[in-house]
Amino acid sequence: MNCIIIDDEETARAIIQHLCSQVEELEVAQDFPNAIQAIKFLNKEEVDLIFLDIHMPDFTGFDFIQTLKNPPKIILTTSDKNFALEAFEYDCIVDYLVKPITLPRFLKAIQKAETAPSAPSVSSSTKSTDDTIPSENSSEENDLYINIDRRLIKIDIPTISVIEAKGDYILIKTDKQNYTVHSTLKKIEEKLPNDLFLKVHRSYVINFKKIIDIEDNSVLIEKDVIPVSRSNRPELMKRLNLL
Amino acid sequence: MTETPNLNYIKQLADGSSSFEQKILGIAKREFFEEKKEFLNNYNNKVFAKTAENVHKLKHKIGMFGLETGYKTATDFEEELKGNNPSLYPKFIVILDSIEYFLKTI
Repeated sequence: MNCIIIDDEETARAIIQHLCSQVEELEVAQDFPNAIQAIKFLNKEEVDLIFLDIHMPDFTGFDFIQTLKNPPKIILTTSDKNFALEAFEYDCIVDYLVKPITLPRFLKAIQKAETAPSAPSVSSSTKSTDDTIPSENSSEENDLYINIDRRLIKIDIPTISVIEAKGDYILIKTDKQNYTVHSTLKKIEEKLPNDLFLKVHRSYVINFKKIIDIEDNSVLIEKDVIPVSRSNRPELMKRLNLL
Repeated sequence: MTETPNLNYIKQLADGSSSFEQKILGIAKREFFEEKKEFLNNYNNKVFAKTAENVHKLKHKIGMFGLETGYKTATDFEEELKGNNPSLYPKFIVILDSIEYFLKTI
């Protein structure tokens, strides 16, 4: 079984690495100090087992599990016994280890992982950079994940109509809902398809397909009148299928 | 406080490997001092939710160094802090000080 370790505490990661080295059939592919880095890794690699700390700042172990489409087997590691009940709500969780972890208890958990019904190996449906996390899988190229209140929320990219810069945040307007995310216009622009989105002003990126009409130095999208700067106007005009 | 920190858990894990023992002690020492500093900073600034997170992290070290009663105190303190009650601080700081002394003298 190949596995990864996710824990914000370096001591804990070193101990679990050491415990894994005691089991011949267990190979640690990598360890991570936070869940976001692990998500990036899982975009590219498959694993059979994850040792997952529940209590991490910013992004808890349970938040992490919810981002996985087909979670592999997971062994929770924690200094808190109170999460045991919540752990049973997830089929992928095969055991629950309370720190400090002893070798006999660790071996028992591995045995459970080996005998538990096989879960498919996982590729996470997400890839992360900061608070806006686009999917890298081709089948999900229309998805963008945003980090709000420690949860990754999926947005269907074509439903985005306008993105507005608001200081250190961006406001993403979609057909269904608006989201305020800690990110920049430049970062989200890089993650959106060029043929669909266009920067029309230093504070606005628009979905080209959502334009209702264009008048002078503004475009109407849904009910919003979006300013078009002089420097961005030529590119906008170039893209129009003018009669 | 009657119990004193020990290396029983680490030695048991190391199973004779002095290199692992040294490695884990080195990491634990560094992290402990950083975590204690952050804990005191948050406690002194009365940011009790953050202080509870610091206690949670320190709890692992307290358990690692064999302080069973200390671990229980830490668990209770963490819960109290979540409710903005820092009354177990005097008991908890004694535990941290004993670990600090232990780590500085081994």
